[in-house]
Amino acid sequence: MTETTYDKPLPRMDGLSKEFYDWCAKGELRFQRCKCCGAWRHVPRDICAECSSFDWEWALSSGRGTVFTWTVVARALHPAFGTSTPYAPVVVELEGGVRLLTQLTDVAPDALKIGMPVQVDFKSVTPEITLPYFRRA
Amino acid sequence: MLKDKACIVGIGETPYCRKPGSGLSEMAIQLKAAVAAIEDAGLKASQIDGILPFPNLGKAEALAASLGCANLRFAATIHMGGAAPVASLRAAALAVASGAADYVLVPAGWNGFSGARVRETTTQDLDSIPGGAIARDFYMPFGLTAPPQWYALMARRHMHEYGTTHEQLGAVALAMRKHANLNPAAVMHSKPLTMADYLASMMIADPYKLLDCCLETDGAAAFVVTSAERARDLKQKPIYVMGAAASQPYPADEITNRKDLHQVGLSIAAPEAFRMAGIQHSDVDFAEIYDCFTFEVIQQIEEAGFCKRGEGGAFVENGGIELGGRLPVNTHGGLLSHAHSLGLGHLVEAVRQLRGECGPRQVKDAEIGVVTGWGDFGDGSIAILRR
Repeated sequence: MTETTYDKPLPRMDGLSKEFYDWCAKGELRFQRCKCCGAWRHVPRDICAECSSFDWEWALSSGRGTVFTWTVVARALHPAFGTSTPYAPVVVELEGGVRLLTQLTDVAPDALKIGMPVQVDFKSVTPEITLPYFRRA
Repeated sequence: MLKDKACIVGIGETPYCRKPGSGLSEMAIQLKAAVAAIEDAGLKASQIDGILPFPNLGKAEALAASLGCANLRFAATIHMGGAAPVASLRAAALAVASGAADYVLVPAGWNGFSGARVRETTTQDLDSIPGGAIARDFYMPFGLTAPPQWYALMARRHMHEYGTTHEQLGAVALAMRKHANLNPAAVMHSKPLTMADYLASMMIADPYKLLDCCLETDGAAAFVVTSAERARDLKQKPIYVMGAAASQPYPADEITNRKDLHQVGLSIAAPEAFRMAGIQHSDVDFAEIYDCFTFEVIQQIEEAGFCKRGEGGAFVENGGIELGGRLPVNTHGGLLSHAHSLGLGHLVEAVRQLRGECGPRQVKDAEIGVVTGWGDFGDGSIAILRR
């Protein structure tokens, strides 16, 4: 066995994106929640779009949600995914309301269904970066 | 009120091609189209005092220097991707109506086939679009890397909610090809397409097959806008801007967290443009709809108000958007079968239809046409034009 390096695109680890992925590396899926009005938000932003408050916290998500929509990539449009096809980028709607773009670890693309219950399934891809994949709940 | 204050007075286009490519720089092909548009208007290049270049495809300074525009008074770029040309028409109309400029040039062109390929989107490319950093940090790590994949998320959801079918997407592809076969300038002219061909084409990003995706071509187009008063003295019969608007989905820089995934820029822009024009949808003789992918035609027909949301699939079936149908769409063949003119070709075609220059693909007695643009994560623009 030869060791292969992870060659797919990674988030740029700075600012609020880094904070989000640092929580993932600790095995916790957290989203920003406004401390003023309680609204959850994703992707990370400096201010609450509901009430304009700058006061927020990284609130722990249950990690449970349902499949909202998806696509199956059959022809990779980025060289790093050339050998991964077919694969399915999936939008998961979490309890609490935010959605995120992910992939499912244990569901074949042709078995995907909108509304399917799923659960976060972290995948460490580099020593620094853990990505929030999901699996069937 | 902008209604009828501005006119398109000149149009220009280069040939479009795939292999072997234009053989020219992206600046040079845009200059060719620009010079053609300026000559079509009966103007001298030095009279152009406003330029609105397409995002990332040339600077107004360089275009002005090449064209000899020594009196450039108005320059801006509308960062809306494929929605930029129609949004730039709106901006140009505002400029000439207010006196900020007299003659505004809007060019767009690229070596979309022989140059850097859209299909190989990289992290660096994303830096240039408004939602690029979000895509880089939250989409690309999971393999959502390119436009057909972004929009497939919307198409899939629409199919789930409204029962839109692959065959309905195919009806869009077939209509565009049928029109291209009436247009000798179309890259896919003389290449007939059947539903069986469509359904057999390779999957790219489900539900999008190869034949749901626009062409990648080299070529450029341009138009010139001036005020209604100035337009009366020029060479061509003026084409009036009755209504124009541009808007964005919310949030515009992130696709997945939209409360209403189907609400796009056009959902806001279209009612504004129709109010401005003071017309009904039934007054529209044809529409040139930005067709980056087949579903976006269905979606924009709905969001522009030509039918209710969820009814777009049925609208495009049975020849509904073909010449002779209830709303002929993309009479030149569109991005799907004419060429990827970055949406500027849709405006050029609308002007030709309203001038009555379209020969076998002419919409009979065309008086009013709608043109839309679509770009980035669902930005939208619309113009309602009349002869």
